[in-house]
Amino acid sequence: MSSNATTIPGRQVEGKPWVDTLHEWVTTVDHKRIGILYIVYALVFLVLGGIEVLIIRIQLMHSNNDFVSPQVFNRLFTMHGTTMIFFVAMPVLFGFGNYLIPLMIGARDMAFPRLNAFSFWLLAFGGLLLYFSFLGGSGLYGAGNAPDVGWWAYAPLTARAFSPGHSSDYWTLALLVSGFGSIGTSINIIATILCLRCPGMKLNRMPLLAWLYLVMSGMVLIVITPLSAAQIMLLIDRYLGGHFFDAQAGGSAVLWMHFFWIFGHPEVYVLIIPCFAFMSEIIPVFSRKPIFGYPVMVAATICIGFVSLSVWAHHMFTVGMNSYANSFFAITTMAVGVPTGIKIFNWIGTMWGGRIQFKTPMLFSIAFLFQFLIAGLTGIILACVPFDWQLSLSYFVVAHFHYVIVGGILFALFGAFYYWYPKMTGRMLSERLGKLHFWLFLIGFHLTFDVMHIPGLLGMPRRIYTYEPGRGWDTLNLIVSIGAFIQAIGVLVFVWNLVTSYLQGAEAGNDPWDAWTLEWSTSSPPPAYNFATLPVVASRRPLWDLKHPEDPDSLYE
Amino acid sequence: MSAAAISLAENQQPWDLPYRGKVGMACLIIAESAIFTIFVVAYLFYIGKSLTGPTPREVLETPIFFTICLLSSSLTIHYAGRSLRKGERGAFLCLWSLTILLGGLFLFGTGLEWHRLIYERGLTISTNLFGTTYYSLVGLHAFHVTVGMIMLLVVAIFAFAGRLGTEHSRRVEVLSLYWHFVDAVWVVVFTVVYVLGR
Amino acid sequence: MGSVAFLLCCMSTVVAAGPSSISRTNIFAPQSTPARAIFHLAILVLTTTGIIFAVVSTLLVYSILKFRVRSASAKSEPAQVYGSTQIELAWTIIPVLIVVVLFVATARGIHEIQDAPMPASAVEVTVIGHQFWWEYRYPQLGVVTANELHIPVSDPAHPTPTFLQLLSADTDHSFWVPELAGKTDLIPNHPNRMWMDPEHTGIFLGQCAQYCGTQHAKMLLRVSVDSPEDFAEWVREQQQPAVADERVAAGKRVFETTACINCHSIRGTVANGRFGPDLTHLMSRTTIAAGAALNTPENLRLWIENPGAIKPGSLMPAMQLNNAELDAVVKYMETLR
Repeated sequence: MSSNATTIPGRQVEGKPWVDTLHEWVTTVDHKRIGILYIVYALVFLVLGGIEVLIIRIQLMHSNNDFVSPQVFNRLFTMHGTTMIFFVAMPVLFGFGNYLIPLMIGARDMAFPRLNAFSFWLLAFGGLLLYFSFLGGSGLYGAGNAPDVGWWAYAPLTARAFSPGHSSDYWTLALLVSGFGSIGTSINIIATILCLRCPGMKLNRMPLLAWLYLVMSGMVLIVITPLSAAQIMLLIDRYLGGHFFDAQAGGSAVLWMHFFWIFGHPEVYVLIIPCFAFMSEIIPVFSRKPIFGYPVMVAATICIGFVSLSVWAHHMFTVGMNSYANSFFAITTMAVGVPTGIKIFNWIGTMWGGRIQFKTPMLFSIAFLFQFLIAGLTGIILACVPFDWQLSLSYFVVAHFHYVIVGGILFALFGAFYYWYPKMTGRMLSERLGKLHFWLFLIGFHLTFDVMHIPGLLGMPRRIYTYEPGRGWDTLNLIVSIGAFIQAIGVLVFVWNLVTSYLQGAEAGNDPWDAWTLEWSTSSPPPAYNFATLPVVASRRPLWDLKHPEDPDSLYE
Repeated sequence: MSAAAISLAENQQPWDLPYRGKVGMACLIIAESAIFTIFVVAYLFYIGKSLTGPTPREVLETPIFFTICLLSSSLTIHYAGRSLRKGERGAFLCLWSLTILLGGLFLFGTGLEWHRLIYERGLTISTNLFGTTYYSLVGLHAFHVTVGMIMLLVVAIFAFAGRLGTEHSRRVEVLSLYWHFVDAVWVVVFTVVYVLGR
Repeated sequence: MGSVAFLLCCMSTVVAAGPSSISRTNIFAPQSTPARAIFHLAILVLTTTGIIFAVVSTLLVYSILKFRVRSASAKSEPAQVYGSTQIELAWTIIPVLIVVVLFVATARGIHEIQDAPMPASAVEVTVIGHQFWWEYRYPQLGVVTANELHIPVSDPAHPTPTFLQLLSADTDHSFWVPELAGKTDLIPNHPNRMWMDPEHTGIFLGQCAQYCGTQHAKMLLRVSVDSPEDFAEWVREQQQPAVADERVAAGKRVFETTACINCHSIRGTVANGRFGPDLTHLMSRTTIAAGAALNTPENLRLWIENPGAIKPGSLMPAMQLNNAELDAVVKYMETLR
């Protein structure tokens, strides 16, 4: 990070002791460093969550396996889901947002730098608290160990009667704490975008990334809080004798489901919308065209934000709601597919007529388009309620949502890594290793998640530590497990690439991709103050205008 | 630094964006509203569903006086903010202290009511669904009032030490936004618990 | 693309094959009206989404191939197109129309299955979910049993469907026998209802589908669809109190003086517990422990000696019986036909 050391002509700058560097990083309020802290934290937990799932896949390789006990298996799938959503996806997306938003809107930092740091440390503590549960005593029925109630923690399984000890409390408290961190970061993002844009950057000239993070943060404010509320209610039930979800006192298990999914469904849109943002920045640059239909992309995202708040009970079609409620949630779920699908068309429209370069970020983006299309279509399938009565709670659903999260979110994230790593570190990631990573991961992904739909169609429910032979599930599960290991190798290649390129990668310069947004106008990595002079912009692609003064975007917008 | 070259606007129009403190507080209020909404929904859902124990009609007494205290504190904090903006230190100190007093009275009233409910009427958080939802909702609100009171006291300390001036009025306004929010929530809680719930 | 073709091939194989050749829990092998209604809806939905996928992925592949950069030296940028209102309108309206069609079909399916009235000829069963077994009560027939459900086949000319009322004694469960119906959850304090009218006799398999704790995976379902005569015979047998056989008096005494009677019922004896399965006609079942093991003397002995050996996490405690007591109890159990 040579650009962080100020060079004073004639003065010898000494190397800093590592303690000082550590202290700087721990006490930083610089959005770029906090962004990197989030990203590295997420990568560590990606590996932990990945190890959990590899153990799960070994156990499920064939029927009646006994690689792990049912108790351990149930902890593993609970921790895997909780880790991936709350301690991988949320932090890595907040990390990229933190790093990029001030740079892309021409600001020097986020609106509340200290709140920014505090939010990160809240999240970090939450993850550590959750994982501390593995060290907790096993006790009676393993009651002190890691949570084993599934990442939705349905009542009344989480009541003291059915979850003695503290395992459920680790889940509750870790997420409560990190949830507050998420709210803090979202407040920061909204305030930054609304209050710190550089002169000339009207809202309709912001990069799409800023718009999409604005919508995502707005959603976080009203979506994480229902989960926090439900968790407070759960703690009241477990420790103060409350009856929110206590069937014996007239309480309702279904109420927990409503509250959880009022959080849980919009949460997945919270996760995917920043990935739409990455795609909306990467695809135009590698197609050499502006995004097709910027206003509609913004409108569609806002539409998704609102409609996604009305679909939650499609996770509850088997719960016994009446036919009117079921029909309502079916139509809203299908409706939210429309603005989502439109975006795919806009990205294809961006590529159409372009000059597409198949660099690694673009490879991941193209795969994203295919996979997100399929994921969206299996979602529409699940919205057809009677069909959902067969598919719900089966491996078909597991395949669907992993298609979104891995095939959509993770692929988009890989693209974002390859695209912005040069800006963050000043070095290019190896294209060779990048392509190896891509193909390995693509093959592993499809082997696992294409095939995984089939056991669901053949009646295999989810969250089972083993299964009966003779149901036709054995070979399919074996293939799924093999694909998981291939993906793991792909991830290892990726991590190797990250590390070796940092040490020996080609120098990136300011603008290795010939891109058009403000972050590419400053050095790689940027100085602590981002820009020497705050830019003034007149269009959505300020660097295009600079590079093409005869044909600036400002003439067409 | 090529950023200097990015200056493409022909006329430098005035560039006024909102104050980040206000935007931040508005976001916090939105988030908190969502939490309260969930507790209100639970309260409404469970009206009449308790299997045992005292009902709202049997034990609740409408806290009119303490409600008036809390709602008037919104007025006093508003005028306190105005005084600060105009530089009227004395008026500010007076109105700010009055706000704290009224807020404190409200909390005291809540404590009084809870004491009566627990020790005289036998209603606790674990008695029945009414008890659970009542103490959670009113308690959550009282917790937010308490946090507000602490912040008000912090400002009061600096004000009485002579460190608070007109230059801080934007920040004080942000805090009073929070206080208004807490009052608005009480209007909703009051309606749900003491009007609809009975 | 190839992977999706592969997926479609697999799915058509699954659809085309009969129930027993690939799997006995194949949702594409419906044997009852609700499952069949779902199957027809599924065909419509899969065809529609398949067409959408084919069209969009063709466009995607075409754009990648046609518009890839040919020569590295081409430095000029392509035409900068910012959008097109007509195109965007078209690709908004068409999906909306597709959604309308799918929704109408969905709403009809929901109504057909969920709002079906219960005819007078229906057999009513109350299903109570427990951690980790199923309790069945036939209120009109006075039958109480566990884990293996017997229902009559339904003749389309004179339908005798079975209507299940779904309750739970503890956590959430879900009743899923794919070839007979979609699944419905069993939630405490929230009674649910489902129905099925099986078209053929036979054994149908399934399992609990809502994670309910440690042994969720071994809460299996076994539904025996019987001919009307066989069903009547089964009901008659189940209505009898337990067989009384003096030769196993020793085992009966062990059963009744140990804590067994706290959880289990054996009608006609002092055993009246409700926490565990009714054992009055234990020997009429093919499996024990909700399908976790076959109902053989060896398995029964192992189960009573140490349930954790067959189903770790099951709520039945090891009763600490010595060998003589175990043998006696097993002999007693074997008389409960």
